[in-house]
Amino acid sequence: MLTLKPTQTQLAIEVSDLKKVFRKRDGLRAPVREEWALKGVSFYVREGETYGLLGPNGSGKSTLIRILSTLLTADGGTVRMLGYRLPEDEARLRRKMGRVSVDAAFYKKLSPRENLLYAAQLYGLEPRQAEKRAMQILEQLGLESRRFSDPIEEMSRGMQQKISIARALLINPPLLLLDEPTTGLDPKSRRDVQAFLEDLRAREGTTILLTTHDMAEAERLAHRIGFLAHGRLVAEGTADELKRRAGAPDLEEAFIALTGEELDEEADSP
Amino acid sequence: MLERYLRPMWAFVFRDWHLTRRYMSWVAVFVFYAIVNSATIALIGKAQDDFRLTLTLLLGVLLWSFLSAMYNEIANSISYERWEGTLEYTFMAPVSRLIHLSGVSLFAIIFSVIRTIVILVGLVLFIQVSVTGANLLGVLVVLLVASLAFMGLGLMAAILPVMSPENGAQATNIFQGILLLVSGIYYPVSVLPSWVQPLAYLSPATYALEACRKLMGINHPDSTPDKLVGAPLSSVLPELGILLLMGVVLIPLGLLVFHTAEQWAKRTGKLKRTG
Repeated sequence: MLTLKPTQTQLAIEVSDLKKVFRKRDGLRAPVREEWALKGVSFYVREGETYGLLGPNGSGKSTLIRILSTLLTADGGTVRMLGYRLPEDEARLRRKMGRVSVDAAFYKKLSPRENLLYAAQLYGLEPRQAEKRAMQILEQLGLESRRFSDPIEEMSRGMQQKISIARALLINPPLLLLDEPTTGLDPKSRRDVQAFLEDLRAREGTTILLTTHDMAEAERLAHRIGFLAHGRLVAEGTADELKRRAGAPDLEEAFIALTGEELDEEADSP
Repeated sequence: MLERYLRPMWAFVFRDWHLTRRYMSWVAVFVFYAIVNSATIALIGKAQDDFRLTLTLLLGVLLWSFLSAMYNEIANSISYERWEGTLEYTFMAPVSRLIHLSGVSLFAIIFSVIRTIVILVGLVLFIQVSVTGANLLGVLVVLLVASLAFMGLGLMAAILPVMSPENGAQATNIFQGILLLVSGIYYPVSVLPSWVQPLAYLSPATYALEACRKLMGINHPDSTPDKLVGAPLSSVLPELGILLLMGVVLIPLGLLVFHTAEQWAKRTGKLKRTG
């Protein structure tokens, strides 16, 4: 099925020919080695859409999310999000997007309350209102409020990841970048997070860019899916379209057929 | 104003206060050690029965304690964030680097002032030295003005761990050591090897010490062990002027160096977590 590209006003993310290369040297006298993390990636995400990027470790997913998060500078191509260009408009864009990464990065000695209040103040939010909103989100995610003042280091990874999601949503961003948000979570936490994201999308119309190597998660959450391999977007479409195109019974088989490789076969890239 | 600047700046003070609170037992241990270490140095003067030497050592140890604590707070703030893995979130927040580093520096100054006052009280009680007649308010003014220059140095040092996690952290300590050596904290600069002496005049600590010694009246001929003759603040205006100038130059320079290194880190992917 042909997917027509919508007009620019409907686009939350538009990435065109995005390139990123990391230059490394193994020793002072060794020649500089180039590792291409992204080799000209192009895709778009409509407002309110959830777009899943699937790929094994080292395929360029995290590099792509970092560029969109304003944490990496691209070496080529263009990025436009919510009408803003990167890197020119990064300061304005930062107010409108939240990010959850695979490692729930917090000050581990501080409590969820302290971490979230710190994040809220960074974004200029009124602390009491932010605390109220954070509590609501955490309760929706199934975190008991009595744990709100315990140090984060005493909490499970699932709990930490839920707090990370609450942090990203404190500012009620129209755009959410999720970099493997459920990797390493127990099945219940994974279901909690996925259900919450579905609810969020329905309630707020949040645009979500989700990277994952969990086929079932991509199929459940994403309207459209892109297969990323070796820094290239090899195929994209709905889950059904991708399966049909590959003549495969499931998404994993479709991934193997269309990319020529299996998930989780490579080492992490920078 | 509140939402864009003050609240984000206060966020860093809030964060650093709560982190300090969680490590309060370690803070107490380090303050105790600082008091003991300072006392052992100041007692050298007592053993010589020389109140001028005692006060010189006491002032040196306190001033270095203040400036090094502030330098460390700023210089290590980035390496700590990198170690915790929170650096990317801080850099992704809609906060200018000026607001970010001002917040970090504000906490560093508050923390260092309180820590130095606690050490001063501990020392005065332990070694029973009189500071009657010393212009302590003037000393505080000099410390605060000197803070600006040290803030600039801290900003430049803070970026080193981003460029190279281990080597950067090592370099910040070496830099601090060189400042300690050349600034004449416990001795006159004139006893340093002649080729090192010019470096003393590049260190803000040298001018801060010179000013504080005058304000305390340590070398005033009429000072006695019971009553010092501290100079008025107007007598140290040249030193204050140099310190202010250093601050005015070093803070923007520190921010520029930080910004340049941040852009480099974003090109090379160095903001990622280590540790």
